[in-house]
Amino acid sequence: MKTIEEIFQILKDNFPNSELTLKTDIPTESFIIIPPFDVDKFSLFLRDNSDLQFDSLMCLSGVDDFNGQKVKDENGNEIMQGGTLSVYYHLESTPLRHKLVLKTSTSRDNPEVVSIAEIWNSANWHEREAYDMFGIKFINHPDLRRILMPYDWEFGFPLRKDYQNPEFYQGMKVPY
Amino acid sequence: MIYEFFYNLFGNEIIAGFIAASLPLLLFILPFALIAVLLERKVAGHMQDRLGPMRVGYHGILQTVADIIKLLQKEDIIARENDKLLFNIAPILVFTGSYAAFAAIPFTSAYIGANIDLGIFYIIAVTGLVVAGILMAGWASNNKYSLLGAMRSAAQIVSYEIPTILVVLTLVMFTGTTNLMTLSENQTAYFWNWNIFGGPELNLAKFLLIPFMIIGFIVIYISTLAEVNRTPFDIPEAESELVSGYHTEYSGMKFAMFFLAEYANMFAVSAIVVALFFGGYHSPFGYLGNSLGIEWLIPVEQFFWFTFKGVFFVFVQMWLRWTLPRLRVDQLMTASWKYLIPIAFVNLFIVGIITLI
Amino acid sequence: MSIRTEEMVLNMGPQHPSTHGVLRLELTLEGEIITKVVPHIGYLHRCFEKHCEAMTYQQVVPYTDRMDYLAAMGNELAYAIAVEKLLNIQVPERVEYIRVIMAELQRIASHLVAIGTYGADIGAFTPFLYCFRDREKILHLFEITSGARLLYNYIWPGGLSHDLHSDFVRLTREFIKEFRPNLVELNNLLTFNRIFIDRTANVGILPIETAINFGITGPMLRGSGMKWDLRRDDPYSVYHKFDFEIPVGEGKMGTVGDSWDRYYVRVREMEESLKIIEQALDQLPEGDVTSAIPKRIKPPVGQVYTRIENPRGELGYFIISDGSTSPFRVKVRAPSFVNLQIMDELCRGHMVADVVAILGSVDIVLGEVDR
Repeated sequence: MKTIEEIFQILKDNFPNSELTLKTDIPTESFIIIPPFDVDKFSLFLRDNSDLQFDSLMCLSGVDDFNGQKVKDENGNEIMQGGTLSVYYHLESTPLRHKLVLKTSTSRDNPEVVSIAEIWNSANWHEREAYDMFGIKFINHPDLRRILMPYDWEFGFPLRKDYQNPEFYQGMKVPY
Repeated sequence: MIYEFFYNLFGNEIIAGFIAASLPLLLFILPFALIAVLLERKVAGHMQDRLGPMRVGYHGILQTVADIIKLLQKEDIIARENDKLLFNIAPILVFTGSYAAFAAIPFTSAYIGANIDLGIFYIIAVTGLVVAGILMAGWASNNKYSLLGAMRSAAQIVSYEIPTILVVLTLVMFTGTTNLMTLSENQTAYFWNWNIFGGPELNLAKFLLIPFMIIGFIVIYISTLAEVNRTPFDIPEAESELVSGYHTEYSGMKFAMFFLAEYANMFAVSAIVVALFFGGYHSPFGYLGNSLGIEWLIPVEQFFWFTFKGVFFVFVQMWLRWTLPRLRVDQLMTASWKYLIPIAFVNLFIVGIITLI
Repeated sequence: MSIRTEEMVLNMGPQHPSTHGVLRLELTLEGEIITKVVPHIGYLHRCFEKHCEAMTYQQVVPYTDRMDYLAAMGNELAYAIAVEKLLNIQVPERVEYIRVIMAELQRIASHLVAIGTYGADIGAFTPFLYCFRDREKILHLFEITSGARLLYNYIWPGGLSHDLHSDFVRLTREFIKEFRPNLVELNNLLTFNRIFIDRTANVGILPIETAINFGITGPMLRGSGMKWDLRRDDPYSVYHKFDFEIPVGEGKMGTVGDSWDRYYVRVREMEESLKIIEQALDQLPEGDVTSAIPKRIKPPVGQVYTRIENPRGELGYFIISDGSTSPFRVKVRAPSFVNLQIMDELCRGHMVADVVAILGSVDIVLGEVDR
């Protein structure tokens, strides 16, 4: 069993070149912020290191941080420019019984994160969902398609805060 | 017999033949199907701690009539991609197959549709028509589930016909006749004369035969169960995998014909089992008509006993259906080829030796 | 000249009797042998997570019911615990005990559906109705407590909507007394039926390492032989006060981790739930159940991930608060959603009939998969 500070130290020692931040001032949950293109390296290390043994990915959530600049588009709808989208990873080690939260942020205009579906198979559908809902592209994902929305949905990513419903979908009125 | 009677009455071959042929349909199969469907639902209901149909008529006895009226009113749907000719022929063929079997079934000593010498083999042969009908239905539906169901069904019926025929062969060897009427007549008087109890002749062979007859009965009962696609062998129409198998695409009266054929078949195979092993139409305890001296009462009693025995085995089929889960298709084949056929073979051999001695 | 052959693609669902809702499985077949399974989901998507962002914390509770609609109490419980953690409030002892009783009754009701429909998938229809008969009694208990039979809106952040009905304890004890012999009957009718064992044993074997890597939880993970139950390994509410076993798959009829093991773990879990309910009823303290409910829920900026052991596995809520009265982001880690991913792995090389047996043993609820 390791606390998040110890895990953070281990990560710092093993990845001296990466930008790592430990955030502990937020109530109920502390997390480590890692860069989006190193997620797979960290994940592999966390899974295979004998002191850590994070063998299970509990949850993977996409989040729209909604911290950019609000502007009006030509139709008068409020949209967001700049800012970030984030992905939270909740890891757990079943043999050692400790948990860890990782966070990575990527730019909202071109959101790209490295996929970890090959490391934890459970990430496969969670990443597809994050892509479906936020448009976060997971690099190296084996099968990045929409999952909950129709495959031909072309009106954006619904869980983004500035998402607007389309008027028609396949000839049907959407707000019915 | 019955044909001659009508021929004398009307003096015209066609009318006589027509009436004689439709008698079992009108007098027996339709009412039986009506009752059997209701019985099935009632049996299911009571086995499952519920009541079954209760609304139409007293305790729901008119439920099936209401269902038939509903089916008659339904639209007859033929999809554009169906093979229309085969699609339309298939239910008729399936029903014909099971209906034709009734021609050779002796209901009483006074009534048999056609007293053919090869009765039992005739029945096995015409029920083969059903396979053709099912394959047609599956192919013409142009539906993958139907096709899978039809393929399974054909494989199943063909493989389970072998143990059936082997057991029939055992009986034929033992009794020396393939005429169902003669077979039934042999087992007259009391129930210890039935074939399952070693036949009418009282000697050592009779007692030696009893265990092998029981084995034969079990084998033929299981294989006929498979031949009429009932649980645990209802793989062709397994609703949890194949939706409804080969009759998925059918609606209205064509569906009803498949349904009717299924229930007619259930009785037909039970009737074969009864005729082969359980004394056919004979009463187990002698006749009231004999003791009272009323001659016309005997066929009525015989009819009652035959129907009673037949419906009893139909009831057992329902009982099994609502108790057992379903086998998988490879397990079904295993059951037939690895167990039933060898058992039937050995049984045939032993019965042959005992009969010889 | 060679004959052109091609693999058959069979679409199972979205309208199919044994996909338990609106799941579509795209099966690639070679004869009847499966070479590939692609699940297509989303037919029941109701935008739960988007809805949450437009509602206050209290208003979310009825929506959580509608995810795993067979285990609505569990969903409410997980959500309530998450919000209480964000607010950092303690709930009265009596509330915790009632929550445990409800969650365990719900577990039995949910497993009864799982077992019954599993029997129906295999072709035994009668056990299905026996299970529903017993579930009906549990639903009646829920009805006298909350007024609803399926979607209760009973467990609120900070407390409960009502106290127990005065007859509840007596009726629950009666139910336990009636239910034990019914379980024996179910085992005789279905569990140890030869055909049922032939259909499920050695079908869809899930090794333990694969299960963990795929994030499989709940009875499926335990069926693979792993003693992992959040009620014991990461206790929430008052579960640490009760004494119960964690049944795991033993490979009694075939290999460890086959469909029969997963099924049997559920059967035995119901017995353990009965034990927990009995203990909770014995220890049930007096008190008020509504006193700790906050009038206005406005948690501080922060985030929380809580999880509970729902009948289908680990149900997690990830809530981010931005300090307002409605959640900034709610992500649900639905057990069925994660468990369903394993279908392709389990089904390969089996027959069409086995897909039904495997899917039934995975036990999904589409309301939760699609949210």
